[in-house]
Amino acid sequence: MEVAIVGVGIHPFGRHDGISGSDMGAFATRQALRDAGVTWGDVQFAFGGSLAPILPGHDDAPMADTLVNDLGLTGIPFMNVANGCATAGSAVALGASAIESGAFDVGVAVGFDKHPRGHFSAGAGMAGIGTWFGEQGFMVTTQFFAMKIQRYMHDFGVSRDTLAKVAAKAYRNGALNPNAWRRKPLSEEEILGSRMINDPLTQYMFCSPDEGAAAIVMCRADIAHRFTDRPVYLRAATLRTRRFGSFEVYSPWLPVERAPSPVVDAAAAAFEMAGVSPSDVDVAQLQDSESGAELMHMAETGLCADGDQEAMIQAGETEIGGRLPINTDGGLIANGEPIGASGMRQFHEIVLQLRGDAGERQVPGNPRVGFTQVYGAPGIGACAVLTT
Amino acid sequence: MTLPSPGTTQVPIGADLFTWPAEHPCLLGGKCPDCGIVTFPASKACPRCGHFGMDTKELARVGTVWTWTTQAFRPKHPYRAPGTDEDFEPFVLGYVELDGEVRVEAQLLVDPSDAHIGMEVELVIIPFCAGDGGDEVVTFAFAPRL
Repeated sequence: MEVAIVGVGIHPFGRHDGISGSDMGAFATRQALRDAGVTWGDVQFAFGGSLAPILPGHDDAPMADTLVNDLGLTGIPFMNVANGCATAGSAVALGASAIESGAFDVGVAVGFDKHPRGHFSAGAGMAGIGTWFGEQGFMVTTQFFAMKIQRYMHDFGVSRDTLAKVAAKAYRNGALNPNAWRRKPLSEEEILGSRMINDPLTQYMFCSPDEGAAAIVMCRADIAHRFTDRPVYLRAATLRTRRFGSFEVYSPWLPVERAPSPVVDAAAAAFEMAGVSPSDVDVAQLQDSESGAELMHMAETGLCADGDQEAMIQAGETEIGGRLPINTDGGLIANGEPIGASGMRQFHEIVLQLRGDAGERQVPGNPRVGFTQVYGAPGIGACAVLTT
Repeated sequence: MTLPSPGTTQVPIGADLFTWPAEHPCLLGGKCPDCGIVTFPASKACPRCGHFGMDTKELARVGTVWTWTTQAFRPKHPYRAPGTDEDFEPFVLGYVELDGEVRVEAQLLVDPSDAHIGMEVELVIIPFCAGDGGDEVVTFAFAPRL
């Protein structure tokens, strides 16, 4: 893939009364444009994602393309992207394809969202299931995460203490990130002792819906040096959906034959497209909707084998100073999940890390290969490989 | 299995989910006449091979827990069980593997401290909530095998 990222921007994640989602989206986009040294008038296309308008009961939320009201009505093609928690990963993959097609030189991918507390509820009809499913109390996404990690812990010997360590790392890293929402370190005891939500997952192991935005400016790799002397190259951006037999949220039943998660397919395709091996990755951003998700995604992406996580995490290998730093900005657990923005935050963080601009949370040793992964309902995985 | 109170009609929570009334109720799945996979509930077309038209299949009444979790807080709308956030009693749910051919999500009538992967369970039909006009809505669940 011959695409470069030459500008990144972010609006702090958290709760921001009086600031709309599109205000945050415009803020992040302007910052990314300044970072790239371009103006909105130089931008030839945009892919933007905001999920709030399509979630039940929030039809007054702005669609992503309303950003042009703030940025300028320049007439460019602006595509709204809505692909669950994989929205931003999808927007970047589509933007990269648009550049690779030869039709465009410079474009923007942006994501923003503003979710009130508990926004992630859904009706069964939306998922194409009979009403009886939700009436029984099964339209609860956190149940799925819990049941998937419960089985994984049984199959591959992962302890509850390791789940707590994943969350403790997120809060510790969040404390080093001025744009994070949760900036107070929490001990493993506090995490294990917090309210049980869905066994084995406690309250502090989960991310929460919140607000925020992030944006990137992308361009043809061969012109990247017009904008920056430190481009980060997007070597691969892939998107896959579930196959028959993959264990996904809102499933009234599962077949006995199991297929790999769409994350497995998206990651394998990304590494193949990039021509790099998972063992080359110096820093990774994974979808940690909760502790168990980060841990399972480590194996689904090929960054480790199933069952390796217990020893790796206990040894601190996924810490900022470890062999394979993961979620160096605190991930979803410390940043919350404004769905449209969440995956874009991952790109923002990897670009900072590969430039050496991540400040207190900088991964030592000049990391050269970064990796991002998002996963969303009803079974979508998007992955990317970035290099200096 | 719960016998109806005199004078009330028991109505299944969804159509074509299980045989009811029945002395030995069972879940109603679909079986693909082409590739043989079993779904729950029956679907119009096979999600594996796309064959249109599925045969109805009565699923096994006993099975083993494949995975489980607890629901510690009262689910939001559209949860229909009676009660409030304050008096909510946590419940256990999970996927039960039936006869090695399908895993079905259901409530498990077991104490959280007893729940475990591999436990043997049996289908039961239980009262769930009030329905229209004094009817009682019943649903399916699994209880430990006695």
